[in-house]
Amino acid sequence: MIILNKKFNEIEKNISKIQEVKGRSLWHDARVRFFKNKAAVVSLTTLFLVLLFSFLGPIFAKWSNEEIDWSVLGDISTLGYPSIETGHYFGTDELGRDLFSRVIQGTKISLMVGIVGALIAVVVGTIYGATAGYFGGRIDSIMMRIVDILMSIPYMFVLILLLVIFGRSILMLFIGIGLVSWLDMARIVRGQTLSIKKKEYVEAAITIGVSHFTIIRRHIIPNLLGVVAVYATLLVPGMILTESFISFLGLGVQEPNTSWGALISEGAGTMRYGTLWQLLFPLFFFVISLFSFFFIGDGLRDALDPKDR
Amino acid sequence: MFDKLLSVQNISVDYTSNSFLFPWEKNLTFRAVDNVSFDVLEGETLGMVGETGSGKSTIAKAIINILKISSGEIFFQNNQISNLNEKKIKKFRKEIQMIFQDPLASLNPRMNVGEIISEPLKTHNSKLSKNDINLQVKEIMENVGLLSNQINRYPHEFSGGQCQRIGIARSVILKPKLIICDEPVSSLDVSIQAQVINLLKELQKKYNLTYLFITHDLNIAKHMSDNIMVLQFGKMVEINKSNEVFNNPKEDYTKQLISSIPRIK
Amino acid sequence: MLSVKNLFVKFKTPEGVVRAVNNISFNLLKNQSLAIVGESGSGKTQLAFSILGLLDKNAESQGQINYQDKNLLNLDERSLNKIRTKKISIIFQDPMTSLNPYMKIKKQINEILIYHNSFTNEQATKESLRILDAVKIHDSRKTIDSYPHELSGGMRQRVMIAMSIICKPEIIIADEPTTSLDVTIQSQIMDLFNDIKKEFNSSIILITHNMGIIKNVCDNIMVMYGGKTMELGKTNEVFSNPLHPYTKGLLETVPSIDQEYKKLKTIKGNPINMISPPSGCIFRTRCPDPSHECLEGTSTNALIKIKADHWVDQCCVNCH
Repeated sequence: MIILNKKFNEIEKNISKIQEVKGRSLWHDARVRFFKNKAAVVSLTTLFLVLLFSFLGPIFAKWSNEEIDWSVLGDISTLGYPSIETGHYFGTDELGRDLFSRVIQGTKISLMVGIVGALIAVVVGTIYGATAGYFGGRIDSIMMRIVDILMSIPYMFVLILLLVIFGRSILMLFIGIGLVSWLDMARIVRGQTLSIKKKEYVEAAITIGVSHFTIIRRHIIPNLLGVVAVYATLLVPGMILTESFISFLGLGVQEPNTSWGALISEGAGTMRYGTLWQLLFPLFFFVISLFSFFFIGDGLRDALDPKDR
Repeated sequence: MFDKLLSVQNISVDYTSNSFLFPWEKNLTFRAVDNVSFDVLEGETLGMVGETGSGKSTIAKAIINILKISSGEIFFQNNQISNLNEKKIKKFRKEIQMIFQDPLASLNPRMNVGEIISEPLKTHNSKLSKNDINLQVKEIMENVGLLSNQINRYPHEFSGGQCQRIGIARSVILKPKLIICDEPVSSLDVSIQAQVINLLKELQKKYNLTYLFITHDLNIAKHMSDNIMVLQFGKMVEINKSNEVFNNPKEDYTKQLISSIPRIK
Repeated sequence: MLSVKNLFVKFKTPEGVVRAVNNISFNLLKNQSLAIVGESGSGKTQLAFSILGLLDKNAESQGQINYQDKNLLNLDERSLNKIRTKKISIIFQDPMTSLNPYMKIKKQINEILIYHNSFTNEQATKESLRILDAVKIHDSRKTIDSYPHELSGGMRQRVMIAMSIICKPEIIIADEPTTSLDVTIQSQIMDLFNDIKKEFNSSIILITHNMGIIKNVCDNIMVMYGGKTMELGKTNEVFSNPLHPYTKGLLETVPSIDQEYKKLKTIKGNPINMISPPSGCIFRTRCPDPSHECLEGTSTNALIKIKADHWVDQCCVNCH
């Protein structure tokens, strides 16, 4: 008898599972809207292709990024020209190294700096900002004053100082950028939290007895993610630009590592010798990637905040 | 059966603006609730009637400890619940729930119906299995007039009346003793209001609920409540049995309110 | 004076086409007042907006709205602007959002007079004070120098009403003027409408979902559901002898304080989805007593005359 009951319960549960209607979440609607935006989709594809280039590129490269091609040294402007026969698809730089591989490496490093920097900003900034905004009062005041103080320190100056004192390395670059990137995000998240906090569903959660950190995790942060996502996609180009500027100054990644900024810096330096490809190739990847991030950011904003909501 | 479930004694709620960083600035105080006292017996419905600024929502928030009271005490089943910290008040939260005015705004748009309704269960009975929770949620959904197969849908896919039913399901699932209804039908269409009112009455009988029913609509207040309390500008104007308040209003303000009710016949 | 014939209003949305108004026709004579009653989704606000050309860009309207021998739907912005507020004015639902929070009341009211009547600033201010007194605002001088957020809800609505009558328009459209107000203020505002009717001889179109407030103010009533007219006639006639189940439902669903109820009478079902409304009779999903043909979705809606001042939808007549 008990076994029969159990069986019936199982069947009942299964039937009710089958008939459950699928829900259409707001993320789903936003995704649909995003993919209707042609510019955003093109940008997403472009970025994907750039990423693919940086991962699969080495398969096609005939030269590594450190190898010096002695045969082109001495007359790079004619011999170092981009050509398929020599295997230097993008030409060579002024030291005879294959630009194709260098650009691949630069892409990897620049994108990594941008994305990791934005990730740090998102995680640290969101948690910090949401906590400050949710608890309000003294906690909020103290936390935000700390942000204000940190923000008023000239960031570029500190970054350069760090790099000079502790030596140039990718790690230092990450630390430097990470220290500062979360500040803006924290401000923005705190502002959003203040308005979400007042919504009735947060009041309802308090009435139910949900604990504070669960409320932040379950009710506040998911409703922030829209703004955070948009801002994060705009942070990435910012990071890349900063890193490029530092590298342009000569303080960024150390040789033989390279980044877009370093490559552009070198290319700009040798422009008058007629080796324009040394500038144009890294510049091309730099520009299309940044543009793509901007368009994706725009697309996300439109997708997540339609006027008819 | 006739015990005082909720006893509010001489409470006042002040809104003050003071600045942590500039403590020498003058404090502005606004008294939203002024010396209000009332009792609610188990199983009955007390209607709180008043216009904008009467303090009715403030009293509701004070009872569920979202706002702090500046003076007086609130007792629930003879335990003091006013101005407690979150830890101490958690066990009372199972017994006192609230239904909010704006049905869509009181539901987290990123959570589906199942998650919304099961949140109280997960918060207070963390040992329940997923299946148990699912069954309980579906049962409650059927009891409030929602199809249980809608359990994965999101709030924006429902109409106003259905959203309010979700809110009601969420507040009833723990079978609390007291439910504070803060203008539960004011944002709904007229034809849906009656449905929801009937549902609330049904649930009251079924689960032996006690209601503190806040509304500015006197017609509904009279229908729902055993006793009615009239508020104006944070002060209690009159409190009496429902019929008495409407047939023999004692205070001028009450008389004014009753005469302003638009009549169809 | 205002004659609406076969009005259709459609909106193109990403989710589909919303047919907000479906073949509405009615006449408004001089000095007459009409109440348009319906719930959310009935199309009543879109109907009002279409009269003054206030619909959103994605709206498509068809039909005739004849005023002074012109079809308002065909007029361009300039000609419409000459009519707006001066001949036909509108009072919106939420006084807080219809007043500019950054402008003092004085500037907002003067703006109307300066544009339409070419008044100077001093003349306009004088007239504004006069009209604020007419709508029974206690301290008109103080009010005129205030910002909207400094006034209470009732006062803001009075200011809106003042702004709508200042040019002595022939028609005043009031879109749910008392919904966001307290019940005591509500009755005062309805009394004010009565005074305006008498003093200014304007016709009033009152849009509301509250049956109770129209009794003493509006001569005629039109009940809308799903963009169609369910019942139309003189208020007294319709109230004492409601024919359509929706009208009956609306009248019975609000509990009166003079009666005891065990269970409130309801209109079953939920408001319809305007993108995919029910086929045939639009009310059939909520009708308490539909005929077989009606349930099949093959009947059609059209108004037919029952008495001199009483029209009702034909599907209802066929069903009962």
